[in-house]
Amino acid sequence: MISQIFILSSKGDHLIYKDFRGEASKDSINVFYEMVTALSGDQTPVVMSHKDLHFIHVRQGGLYWVASTKTNPSPFTIIEFLNRLAALTKDYCGSLSEKSVRMNFALIYELLDEMVDFGYIQTTSTDILKNFIQTEAVSSKPFSLFDLSNVGLFGAETQQSKVAPSVAASRPIMSSRGEQSGKNEIFVDVIERLSVVIGSKGVLMKSDIQGEIRIKCFLPTSSEMRIGLNEELSIGKSQQKGYSSAVRVDECRFHQAVKLDEFDTFRILKVCPSQGEQTVMQYQLCDELPCAPPFQLFPSVQKDYVNRVLIFLKLRCDLPPKSTALNVSITVPVPKGSVSMSQELSSPDQTAELQPKNKALLWEIPRFPGGAQLSALFKVDVPGLSSASLLEVGPVSMSFELAKQTCSGLQIRFLRLAPTQTGLSQRWVRYVTHSDSYTIRI
Amino acid sequence: MTQGLDVSALFMDMVKASAKVDIVQKKLVYLYMCTYASDKPDLALLAINTFRKDCADPNPMVRGLALRNMCNFRMPGMTEYIEQPIVAGLRDKASYVRRVAVLGCAKMHSLQPNTEIDGIIVNELYALLRDPDPVVVVNCLRALEEILKDEGGVVINKPIAHHLLNRMKDLDSWAQSEVLTFLLRYHPRSDDELFDVLSLLHAFLQSAHAHVAVATLRLFLHLASAHPAVQADALLCTSAPLLATCGAASRELRFTGLCHVQQVMRSQPGLFGTHYKCFFCGYSEPTYIKFRKMEILVELVNDENVALVLEELRSYCTDVSPELAQAAIAAIGRIARTYSEKCLDILTGLLALKQDHITSAVIQTFRDLVWFCPQSTAAVCQTVEACVDSPQDSEGKQTLLWLLGEHGEQISSAPYVMEGYIDGLKTELSSAVKMELLTTAVKTFLCRPAETQDMLGRLLHYCIEEESDVCVRDRALLYYRLLQRGVEETRKVVTGPKSDPSMSVLTGRQEEPISQWASTFNTLGLLSGRDLCLQTAVISAADQPSNSTGKELLPDVTLSSPNDTEEEISLSLGPPLSHETFEKMWLDLEILHRQTLGSPRPRTAPDTLQAALQLVKIQTLAFTPGDTVLWKAYIYTRSTGTLILAELLQGDPQAPGSDESLVVSVKQQPVNQHAIRGFASILKSVLQTLNVDSS
Repeated sequence: MISQIFILSSKGDHLIYKDFRGEASKDSINVFYEMVTALSGDQTPVVMSHKDLHFIHVRQGGLYWVASTKTNPSPFTIIEFLNRLAALTKDYCGSLSEKSVRMNFALIYELLDEMVDFGYIQTTSTDILKNFIQTEAVSSKPFSLFDLSNVGLFGAETQQSKVAPSVAASRPIMSSRGEQSGKNEIFVDVIERLSVVIGSKGVLMKSDIQGEIRIKCFLPTSSEMRIGLNEELSIGKSQQKGYSSAVRVDECRFHQAVKLDEFDTFRILKVCPSQGEQTVMQYQLCDELPCAPPFQLFPSVQKDYVNRVLIFLKLRCDLPPKSTALNVSITVPVPKGSVSMSQELSSPDQTAELQPKNKALLWEIPRFPGGAQLSALFKVDVPGLSSASLLEVGPVSMSFELAKQTCSGLQIRFLRLAPTQTGLSQRWVRYVTHSDSYTIRI
Repeated sequence: MTQGLDVSALFMDMVKASAKVDIVQKKLVYLYMCTYASDKPDLALLAINTFRKDCADPNPMVRGLALRNMCNFRMPGMTEYIEQPIVAGLRDKASYVRRVAVLGCAKMHSLQPNTEIDGIIVNELYALLRDPDPVVVVNCLRALEEILKDEGGVVINKPIAHHLLNRMKDLDSWAQSEVLTFLLRYHPRSDDELFDVLSLLHAFLQSAHAHVAVATLRLFLHLASAHPAVQADALLCTSAPLLATCGAASRELRFTGLCHVQQVMRSQPGLFGTHYKCFFCGYSEPTYIKFRKMEILVELVNDENVALVLEELRSYCTDVSPELAQAAIAAIGRIARTYSEKCLDILTGLLALKQDHITSAVIQTFRDLVWFCPQSTAAVCQTVEACVDSPQDSEGKQTLLWLLGEHGEQISSAPYVMEGYIDGLKTELSSAVKMELLTTAVKTFLCRPAETQDMLGRLLHYCIEEESDVCVRDRALLYYRLLQRGVEETRKVVTGPKSDPSMSVLTGRQEEPISQWASTFNTLGLLSGRDLCLQTAVISAADQPSNSTGKELLPDVTLSSPNDTEEEISLSLGPPLSHETFEKMWLDLEILHRQTLGSPRPRTAPDTLQAALQLVKIQTLAFTPGDTVLWKAYIYTRSTGTLILAELLQGDPQAPGSDESLVVSVKQQPVNQHAIRGFASILKSVLQTLNVDSS
């Protein structure tokens, strides 16, 4: 059971504090903050103990979400609960930041009051909670031209002509209560996290996809929705490899509210989405990617003059020509003691900088179209360079975001709401792949 | 208010505001009151009237809200005001109010912990376990657990357990995992019932919520402790959800998953073998996750994946964080004990980087490698000789010196490296390095006197005449006087075994029984790395009989040992000794007592012997594996302020009478003959019991 729950900003300001059992004093917030900031790099912060009080915390949105307890509960339960609390806060407040938590403190207290009583978790379902929550969310979204420039970032397969701005989904779910009456929208996101290790000769050593289908629902009443996946989707490793067209996942798990009676034959998920965000399906795929990894790197590292390393990087994007990788950033470790760097980049919107503290150089490319090839030359000055120092260059790590693209090939064929649905509702399907960890050895 | 400002002065105004109808305002006022009620009990009493009025409101939401907040007032004397609304709330039509009222009973009890338990309320709560609302059911369990804490918590008998099992599907995931924890204390009467229960729960092993899957697994491990096949099957089923948490988006969840994977691997090292790539570190992961992943990778190495794993670990060695780099090097060193050749290549390559922290870590890895795996000595010595630059931190310096001293005859440059250290002695700050240098100099002198005599003389002179640190000076004097006694005498004292003597280290990789860790599975203690006070005393008590060897031996030993012991002594385990400490003490101490035990070494399995000795509070440190003729074991224990170390020996040609019977040699610090006699007789009776059992 939970003694206290508190939310702290990264600077240690108290944003939310609720004591459920009166077992521990309020000082424990300060004790926690001192402990968490005093930790050294290799210590594990997830569970910490002070006398007989144990703190469990997660970090989300730059905030500390902390639960304290005097008993010995299941760590999975507490951590998943804290994550759920953060997700609910995001649903109700629109976004997750220090500012939004501060502005919506009354709402969050109301939520906590209904979710936990006397330290016991009562409910975290949006359907039940929405009956009890009275406070309106205060949304803190300033208008910005930047939002408009992002139009077209996510594709909407169902309605090609209309494209929702990327921030459309980050608004409070309860806003429909007000008179400006938010649109009846439903977003279905297919999100994949890709982690790849490519060996020194371009050999794919590890590839791993963690994917999920996430629904964000702004419909005021819930009705059954049918989500059709690729018909040729196969699950498990036993399938023959000859079928190149088949989309395969190793394993998948569903939200308990998903009805699967049509899944085996038609690959249709039936679900009654409740308001807010929920993950209806999670899936994994190990080792056998259906397509080539999105990026290939051709590096060459040479010693130039006495104290200079030449790093020439050629980066090819193997995506189909229609799609684009966004916010690509490449981190290359450089020898210890590097002092300065000069670079030759192929276009002016790219940037590169040397970060001596991290012993790395960072190359950033805002947009990288599929099929393109970019190259860059870096000259790094390293006083006291030896030939062994070249061994310190590598492995290269990359982070990027692929819009309108899933690496597993999973697609949503259709999205159908029950005909009883009143009023016009808009349905959006978005695909995005994030790089969880993308490492290329040199 | 929540940001730490004291606004309690406004309490009076708040009492007035609480009479408003607006529900948002009501909620905020209630929040305020609960925070300050304990500071202003007299003013809070004024608000009670409003609360009681709200408890009779037609809107169930208002009723529940008022009742919940009224019970949250933590001040003395509240009980008389809240008892009546709670009892009314237990019979309310709305499930929302019943939920609040049920927990209200627990709150009321915690306000007055010492009062008599109200039998009527307890019965009412037991009856409410049949409530149609699932949250009410779970809240009843929670409330009963708290109210009946002194009597061992809520009683889960057969009807209740079966009722709960049938309701499992209606509960939400939080309630499911909590009910699963409550079910831990239920013991099915027969195997048939047990398997019915397990097959009902089987679907939950694959739950999409990790906490439910893990809670189910814990219950499986507990219930099926007599059926290892069922346990293994459950572990196999849960391996997929566990692996999924290891790749979860939330890093805290990832860490928790990794800790549990590590625990499962203690018994089933092969379970995750094919998934070793899941444990490759992502570059953006925090260090504490990377550490865990490396520990797991080391355990998963086998013939097929060793090349890939080593390549992966190699890429961590140049990480920005020195701690991580050192941990990666140490991990390669662990793998080197099995695959020495490949690892040595990598480690040698790392020396070329000429980075202080890497060099130091590599040298330390070499030391451990030479100690545990003597066949790699020659290769290591070659590398050390070729390594020109020396480590800069004191830990690394000590290690290098140790290597030079132990294997000076194989490293031709040893005297010259040492000379460098002796010349730089004045600027050396660490006394540990100086002491190690003294030892090394003496050891090297023993094998290569011609080259080192001069520098040893200079070193001893400096340390005795000029050194200010007492420890270093004493050590130098000790060696000086030892050398005066003659070279042979010195050799006898200084040289020890060059590698781990022919014993298997018990802490090595072997499959532990599941019962060893099942009680901490899915608890916080596992994550914080140390034992937490186990609140679930009932569970741990129930776990004990599953250790079957212990149970069988217990009555025998307790019966026989008092008969055989002339004088009562009590043994205790105390803090564990490390192998190094034990070895050092064993070499330093004299044998005080030697005795033939009159029985051969027991033919039972090694862990049975270990468990049996543990039972009488004797700790086994190490012993020879298998059925070798010369069999040795090292054990230790503590008794009334004295530490007893002992060696058990069988089949030693030099010791008379050790062919058929074990000979025990005892060393002790400080001397206490009484304790030794007691120890010997306890040991004797344990061994006799074991032999009777096995024959």
